[in-house]
Amino acid sequence: MAEEVILLDFWPSMFGMRARIALREKGVEFDMREEDLSNKSPLLLKMNPVHKKIPVLIHGGKPVCESLIIVQYIDETWGHESPLLPSDPYERARARFWADYVDKKIYLALRTLRPSTGEAQEAAKKEYIESLKVMEGELGDKAYFGGERFGYVDVSLIPFYSWFYGLEVLANFSIKEECPKLVAWAERCMQRESVAKSLPDQYKLYEYLLERTKKLQAQ
Amino acid sequence: MAEEVVLLDFWPSPFGMRVRIALAEKGIAYEYKEEDLRNKSPLLLEMNPVHKKIPVLIHNGKPVCESLIEVQYIDEVWHDKSPLMPSDPYERAQARFWADFVDKKIYDLGRKIWSTKGEEQEAAKKEFVESLKLLEGELGDKPFFGGEVFGFVDVALVPYYSWFHAYETCGDFSIEAECPKLVAWAKRCMLRESVSRSLPDPQKVHGFVLELKKRFGVE
Repeated sequence: MAEEVILLDFWPSMFGMRARIALREKGVEFDMREEDLSNKSPLLLKMNPVHKKIPVLIHGGKPVCESLIIVQYIDETWGHESPLLPSDPYERARARFWADYVDKKIYLALRTLRPSTGEAQEAAKKEYIESLKVMEGELGDKAYFGGERFGYVDVSLIPFYSWFYGLEVLANFSIKEECPKLVAWAERCMQRESVAKSLPDQYKLYEYLLERTKKLQAQ
Repeated sequence: MAEEVVLLDFWPSPFGMRVRIALAEKGIAYEYKEEDLRNKSPLLLEMNPVHKKIPVLIHNGKPVCESLIEVQYIDEVWHDKSPLMPSDPYERAQARFWADFVDKKIYDLGRKIWSTKGEEQEAAKKEFVESLKLLEGELGDKPFFGGEVFGFVDVALVPYYSWFHAYETCGDFSIEAECPKLVAWAKRCMLRESVSRSLPDPQKVHGFVLELKKRFGVE
């Protein structure tokens, strides 16, 4: 019996993109509902009263919050023939470690980079690139972080690719030059329909970042 | 085959305590190695080069890092005894959510309580109590967060009980007065040998915090 699947989301959110990719990888039909984060819907506040954040996956009326928890839930509920997480416990622990690294280091470096200018921006760029290089090292010569197969760590990181162009223009640097292997991996992922459909257009993202930067500077 | 299990740890660390509890729940024999965090061992730096932090679980020479990842790993490898995670995917997502909530809130707020004064401390105390009350609400009338059975969220949270006395003394408030049900839950957990053997004496923790305060110049 198919139960209704709703995703409360916000189009530029990397965390939302993770959930979109996972659902599409599993071929799950879902109703994507765009939230206005300056005017959160009663449904969002009801379904995520603790954090009041997107994404929220609502499956048969029951909410799941926090993107990596959502991705694991999707993996455990649907498409057991094509798992995102490895079956071996040690490899699973490694996958969780690297997804956690994306959240702890890469996202944090990004948050520091976004509003910064001048010297602080230079330092933030350096930190951001360094964190991407660590991931590049972990990827090595593999096609995906999971090895031959697109998996959990790939899902957790690929959304960041949609922000690369905008960041490069606004902060004046080239991620491709610094991390060519990572960008090659990202382009490989973008050939998957689940990823291509779930990531916004990079120019649209750039415009969004530009608008946000202007608003922040005006404050 | 004889399993070799080593835990790199630091006695007051609530993160380390989680892993100790999980290992004890499963009845796993392991070698405990105390780290001096101001003089980290070559083994720690080799086993956790990315974060250089404890706890690190080393199973047959292979490291697992990040406490909640380690607890899940232990639960998956030694799955025949005392399961810590629920079997239902939705319940698992809820358990992960609340353990993540503990990670997002309790450590940093607790740290602010002992390391700040005045308005900053008051704000931290308020948010700390609010977070514990949310957890108390989630516990409800259940004996454990997992329901009838001691589980993942209980393991994630109970280590902080050994720090309550230190928080209370530094912050001049009573956690039991604010959250009696939560303290009752903690005392119930302490009746389990896995917990009572894994948590240090609260007086000893308080002494450690006083030393930290001196070292960081907090009056």
